[in-house]
Amino acid sequence: MLLSLRAATVRFGGRPVLDAVDLEVAEHEIVCVLGPSGSGKSTLLRAVAGLQPLDSGRVVLDGRDRTDVPAHRRGVGLMFQDHQLFPQRDVGGNVAFGLRTRGASRSEQAERVGELLELVGLPGAAGRAVAALSGGEQQRVALARALAPSPRLLMLDEPLGQLDRSLRERLVVELRELFGRLGTTVLAVTHDQGEAFALADRVVVMRDGRIAQSGTPLQVWQRPADAFVARFLGFENVVEATVGDAVAVTPWGKVPAPRDAPQGTRTLLVRPAGVRLVPADTGLRCTVAARTFRGTHVAVRLQPEDAPGLEAACALRSAPEVGDEVGVEFDADEIAVLG
Amino acid sequence: MSRTAAGWRGNAARLGLMAVPVAFFAVFFAYPVAAIVARGLKAEGTWQLGRIGEVLAQSDVRQVLWFTTWQALASTALTLLIALPGAYVFARFEFPGKQVLRAVVTVPFVLPTVVVGTAFMALVGRGGLLDELWGLRLDTTVWAILLAHVFFNYAVVVRTVGGLWAQLDPRQEEAARVLGASRFAAWRTVTLPALAPAVAAAALMVFLFTFTSFGVVQILGGPTFSTLEVEIYRQTSEIFDLSTAAVLTMIQFVAVGAILALHAWTVRRRETALRLVDASVTARRPRGAGQWALLGGVVATVGVLLLLPLAVLVERSFAGAGLGYYRALTRGDGGVFLVPPIEAVGNSLQYAVAATAIAVVIGGLASVALTRRDAGRLVRGFDALLMLPLGVSAVTVGFGFLIALDEPPLDLRASWILVPLAQALVGVPFVVRTMLPVLRAVDVRLREAAAVLGASPWRAWREVDLPMVRRALLIAAGFAFAVSLGEFGATVFIARPENPTLPVAVARLLGRPGDLNYGQAMALSTILMIVCAVALLVLERLRTDRTGEF
Repeated sequence: MLLSLRAATVRFGGRPVLDAVDLEVAEHEIVCVLGPSGSGKSTLLRAVAGLQPLDSGRVVLDGRDRTDVPAHRRGVGLMFQDHQLFPQRDVGGNVAFGLRTRGASRSEQAERVGELLELVGLPGAAGRAVAALSGGEQQRVALARALAPSPRLLMLDEPLGQLDRSLRERLVVELRELFGRLGTTVLAVTHDQGEAFALADRVVVMRDGRIAQSGTPLQVWQRPADAFVARFLGFENVVEATVGDAVAVTPWGKVPAPRDAPQGTRTLLVRPAGVRLVPADTGLRCTVAARTFRGTHVAVRLQPEDAPGLEAACALRSAPEVGDEVGVEFDADEIAVLG
Repeated sequence: MSRTAAGWRGNAARLGLMAVPVAFFAVFFAYPVAAIVARGLKAEGTWQLGRIGEVLAQSDVRQVLWFTTWQALASTALTLLIALPGAYVFARFEFPGKQVLRAVVTVPFVLPTVVVGTAFMALVGRGGLLDELWGLRLDTTVWAILLAHVFFNYAVVVRTVGGLWAQLDPRQEEAARVLGASRFAAWRTVTLPALAPAVAAAALMVFLFTFTSFGVVQILGGPTFSTLEVEIYRQTSEIFDLSTAAVLTMIQFVAVGAILALHAWTVRRRETALRLVDASVTARRPRGAGQWALLGGVVATVGVLLLLPLAVLVERSFAGAGLGYYRALTRGDGGVFLVPPIEAVGNSLQYAVAATAIAVVIGGLASVALTRRDAGRLVRGFDALLMLPLGVSAVTVGFGFLIALDEPPLDLRASWILVPLAQALVGVPFVVRTMLPVLRAVDVRLREAAAVLGASPWRAWREVDLPMVRRALLIAAGFAFAVSLGEFGATVFIARPENPTLPVAVARLLGRPGDLNYGQAMALSTILMIVCAVALLVLERLRTDRTGEF
């Protein structure tokens, strides 16, 4: 393992911000830590970088215990949330900074700076002032600066947080492609699930300083570990249910359940695509409370007579109007029993 | 279409606001200074410019110039050396008693120079504390002056540099750390360049204050050491050589102008392109032995250098006589004064209140006029002009008042208002420097929002700007009050013998021999110190880290 975090604990004024976190990152792996603000994900990065001392636990990099090694000798890269480019240096001076601290010669520095600016798509920008860059350009310079010393592990704190949506979607693809090409090991944190799923080989969901779930994007998406993860991923249809053999009893009535699911009192997730709309006289009777256009589909908010609200995903053409009466049936393939 | 009618109206309004301060400065600053220079250099209606060369050729004048310059350089270097660690500690560490300590280090800055001189006299002079303990006297050496200057200007460095330091994003250094820079290398390559303009600005301010130092050198310099300002005073009031005084005044004027121009340039540079964060989030408790040792060292320095002289001053005011010296202040024995010295307290307070009112009105109008950053060269020049009274010889101003404002239509010789007017001149720069950064920090979009909602410019100013700058206004008033209270160089000329101010009374008492006079000087200085310190502690409760440059 390139990085092993063992029972890492950080407390701020007695309150644990990292609570005995175990985390491993393999070489060439891209791991994305996902969690709401305050879940401890930035502290996790700072602890690995050596900027935040641990109250207990170890940081092991490449098989060696680096817990007590100061930040500047850990040899990891960190890209800050708001870039933290040095305003008094130009683009080239920023990118070359980490090379200079390692004693690279001027010609080596110049060569590598040129290479990296090429790599991040800003060829010839070395002489530009940092203040004159757009948000996206600053992003690229920060990335080039972090990559320049060829760190064994590159960490990204909300790498695309401040950029507008279309730029973000384009950059995330570029980043994944770039890291794959360079073979960089990456540990990133973000609160944006779309970003995490698009970038990562593996997603780690954090809650209150603990790891709530770890798995491939597909695993996490298809089977969230618990109600918290499911709701954080944006799923609304999460309820307590009594799961039996291929059927579960929920406030919405009986719904089909996967055959291999654990039985008993469980948390049940119905993905919006699994809520099928049928004529009002069949299935669970609901009123359409709201509809939101989502580009590829319409999210419809349904209100049954005496049960929690339901969210359904409808095709653009067949979406009902607000106030319509509809019936609901459930699709077994889109139902998951959590935990 | 860049120059619309509205644009012209805005400019006209600004010029209107500027008219009052400009007139004030023309009448009460430029005119008296020009008058006294003319008096010195004009004989029978023609300018005697040859005098400049003659005066400069005198070896004792050259010696004064040389001493003035090198003691200012040495004082500045020593102040930076001692105060920069303090700036760091105040910016980055959180520790119990920080607020109190911050107030304590600022007290010396608003103390009257006369009190500082007296306090150091009591510490390092003949019969002073060090003399009694180890037979050590520094009052015949330049060290007394240098240490007094550090005492005075410690707060300038801590406030100017520390204020910015606290707002620098610590993650800039962290970014350097993860790129492989050691703690010191990160500081040197990232923090120091960001701080450099603030350090330069503080150094220039300290240089300015020490270059024009009067009260401190007057008391501690003895016959050996004399700055330009002291020499101007001597030439004017003891030797009555007005032409030499005029030439020296002009030399000081040029030097001060150059320093202020440099200062304005560094301040403008400081405003560019730094990432600033809220100062309250960057400080944390010291970690590890090294950081605690640094904190301890700074606290010890403040104790020895800043508190000890004041403590000795207080001790001397009681020494051997209990409250005797204080009681003596209430008796008019016809010796030094025509009135009991204690009346100086009332005089000083009245003058200072009047001076504060004048300074706040003049400085406030000027600040509002200067609020807009993009307001061109003329306005920037005006900004620099407002700083001039900080450095131009107060002695010259005071004497200029006497000879220029003594005939109709401006015959103020007999009027009490003369003293507050002179004191307000020194207060205005402090008002402007406190108000302007706050006014400029008010987001333009707030005013625009008010305008869109139908508020006239005046109404927008009243309802948006004023509530936000109210605190700054109070702080500015407090500074002006303390500065007026301590003003010495000009007041010593124009205060009437029967209405002395506190600093003038102290200086007169010190000039007399005998234990009783000395003890009374200490007692009066203690009173003055307490008044200033109380004014400041009230201010400290109002202050936020973002207000002002002092």
